[in-house]
Order: sequence, then C-alpha cells, then structure tokens
Amino acid sequence: MPRVSFTPNLNRHLDCPTAHVVAATLGETLEAVFAGNPRLRGYVLDDQGAIRRHVAVFVDNKPVVDRVNQSDPVRADSEVFVMQALSGG
Amino acid sequence: MPKRFFVGSRKGLFPVERTATGWSIGQPSFLGDPVSIVLPDRRDGTLYAALPLGHFGVKLRRSADGGQTWDECSVPQYARVPDAETAGLTAEGEAGQSPAGPSLEEIWALEGGGSDRPGQLWCGTIPGGLFHSEDCGDSWRLVESLWDMPQRDNWFGGGKDHPGIHSVCVDPRNSDHVTVGVSCGGIWQTQDAGRSWALRADGMRAAYMPPDRAFDPTIQDPHLIVQCRDEPDQFWVQHHNGIFRSDDNCASWTECDQATPSGFGFAVAVHPQDSRRAWFVPAVKDECRVPVDGRLVVTTTADGGETFRSLSAGLPDEPAWDIVFRHALAIDDSGECLVMGSSTGGLWVSEDAGESWACLSSHLPQIYCVRFE
Repeated sequence: MPRVSFTPNLNRHLDCPTAHVVAATLGETLEAVFAGNPRLRGYVLDDQGAIRRHVAVFVDNKPVVDRVNQSDPVRADSEVFVMQALSGG
Repeated sequence: MPKRFFVGSRKGLFPVERTATGWSIGQPSFLGDPVSIVLPDRRDGTLYAALPLGHFGVKLRRSADGGQTWDECSVPQYARVPDAETAGLTAEGEAGQSPAGPSLEEIWALEGGGSDRPGQLWCGTIPGGLFHSEDCGDSWRLVESLWDMPQRDNWFGGGKDHPGIHSVCVDPRNSDHVTVGVSCGGIWQTQDAGRSWALRADGMRAAYMPPDRAFDPTIQDPHLIVQCRDEPDQFWVQHHNGIFRSDDNCASWTECDQATPSGFGFAVAVHPQDSRRAWFVPAVKDECRVPVDGRLVVTTTADGGETFRSLSAGLPDEPAWDIVFRHALAIDDSGECLVMGSSTGGLWVSEDAGESWACLSSHLPQIYCVRFE
C-alpha cells in the first residue's frame, strides 16, 4: 500500500497524519485520503481539482508530472510526500 | 466611543481595545498567516476572518467568542470546468499557462446581508464572483446572475491578476438592494437580492483606456465604494482616476477634482450621518503609489466634494512611504473616530474626525484591513 505523508506545516491548520491507502495513481491516493479527511482537499487542490500552485508533491522522490489530473502512477511500495513549496510564502 | 477594532495584516489578526489609558494592541490570532478581510458581525456577535494562505488556498475562520477560539467555515468555490473544455491546459498559473478554470484566489469583501437577515452573508472574491451564504458561511452559492452578465468579458484585474469584487454595500432601507464594486468592472446594483443586476458607473472616467473607451462603464476601476448609512442614496467612490460622488443611488457619478495633494488613492470613508463628509488617503498615481512628496496626510471634505482639506496633525513629520489600502481606513458609528493602517505597518487612530491622529504602532506587519466591532 502506498504511504502518503504531509508537511507538518499543514498541522497548524488541520490534522493530516501519514496514511496508507490502496491506489494505483496519485489521484486515487489523494482521493482515498480525502475520503477520511474532507477538509484536506481544499488545502491541497484548487477549485478545479489541480494541485495548488505552491504545493509540491513527490512520488518516490520525483516531483509529480500531472498536476492537473494526478495521473502519475504509484506502486504498492511508493512513498508520496505532500510538501509546502518554497514559493508562495 | 467604540471599544474595539480589528487589524487584519500580512501576519495575523490583531485586536485593538480602548482601555482607561488609551488604545491597546492585543495578542494576534493566526500569527504568521495573512488576513485579507475581517467582519465583526453585529447581528449575532460572530467574528469572521479571511485567510489567503500562500500555499494552501483561501480559508474562512469564524469565532463565537470574539477571537478567543476559531473554527473553519466553508469557502466560496467555483464549479469545475468539464475536462473537455480544458484539454491541453495546465494547472492554475503553472508556467504562465492559462488556468484550467476559475479558482478562489482571495476573499476581497465580506458583509452581512442586512440587519433583518441574520446569518446571511455576501462575499466578493477574486477572480470576480459574488457569493451568498444563508448559514453563516457553512455553505456558499455563486450569484450566477452577475457571473453570467455578458459585460463580465470586459472585466480585468487592477493590481491583481484577475478582476475582483472588493465592495458590497447593503442598503439599510431594504436588504434586497445591494451595490457591488469591481476592479476593474464598474459598479453593479441589484434591487431584488441578486436576481438581476444593472451597471451603475455612468460618469466615471478611465484614463488607463483608449480615449474612446474612457467613459465605458464596464471597465471602470472603483477602488472602493461606500454608502452613507443615514442618507443611503449618497455614495462615494475612490476611483483609480479620482474621487467620485453620487447623490442619486449610483444612477450618475460626478468627479470631485479639487482634492489636493492628489485625487488618487485606495481608501474612502463616509460620515454615517452626514454624506457631505468623507475622508481619503491620497497618493501619487498610479504606477508609483507612494504619498505625495513623502508626506502621509488624510484628505477630507465637509461639503460634498466642493472643497477639500489636508489633515496631518499626529501623522509623520518625516518622509513616509505608507500606502493605506482600500480596506484599511474605517470610521465608527459616531463619525468621530477613525482608524487607518498602512502598507508599512503604521496604525493611527483619530477621535476627532481626523483633525488629529495618534500613532498606535509603526511596527505592525503590512496592514490589509481595519474594522470597528
């Protein structure tokens, strides 16, 4: 099961503990987390469902390619990090 | 005399209370986070604060205990554009590409929906949508009647990347009558609680457009609109190109061109009882945006804009480069107490209608908004 972790900076606003989910893409990964934490969606995605401009997401240490639809594949042992970009401060 | 006002800043929300010894700046809420708008809702005592978080989007917080504790409301949300319409587009703002569709960028106006409608709120946003809530911000509805006006195609951003609604004036005589200001998209008014809208910017002048379009009402840039509480047909606008006044409920506008040292600025306040009295904070237009000759002053009129005076007692004697943003000048119910905050963290209060000012701090974060409780 891919593991998804969130920047501790988000904890100032809401709880978002590390999660293990069943997913084949980054989009499925995020949706699985949002299902148990609906408020988190608006912190990571914009109104159109794209990753926010100043949120950085890595899958197995590589920046996500498809920021609009999050179609990047994830493996069963993938590590996903949702970070605060250095831009946008 | 008011007892408290709030200061929304680049780094938090500061309460300022009047004590026996004077005004005292209290501990901030949201330290480190920007606060673009604050609304102390007198109808039920709820305090609202809008936070345009740089990384995680716009949030709206609500307090039932005057700012001691907060919970998170819903925020206005734009509907997703179907994928078929966005094929080939990248995410919002990425690499300078076109956005795939609108997303909430900033809450730029937040007002109660009228004294007879507790819990109802109007919210003006960038990129230009007006939203309405009937449940204290638990849910929001886009006012599609305004969003769908064909003239919206003419709107554009003024100082921001996209157009936005910064002013919402609810007529104290009838809560169905609402006036909104758009930078840059003119002034719009509804008489039926938002079911239909009329453009009400005749007489305004835009020097930033080709001459043949200077008086086009659809592209005017009102920086802020205020409505006189006790004379609600009387409005003032600090416009990009000067000071304008309407005495016929926005049906027509007259430019007041006698203001010195400049007619450019962002903020305006009107006396709640006497519409002839108004206050402005002038600056050098428009690419420069600093006080004229480095002198921070307040401009006021007591005769409806026929004449103006500059007020400077208590304001900096030395060169000052403070700009007072559009929501950073406020007046209390009596019309005697004013507060203003600046782009460089200066905060001043006047208890004699602007004749003299007391500096409460020169070291706050950049100030976006001030508002009396």
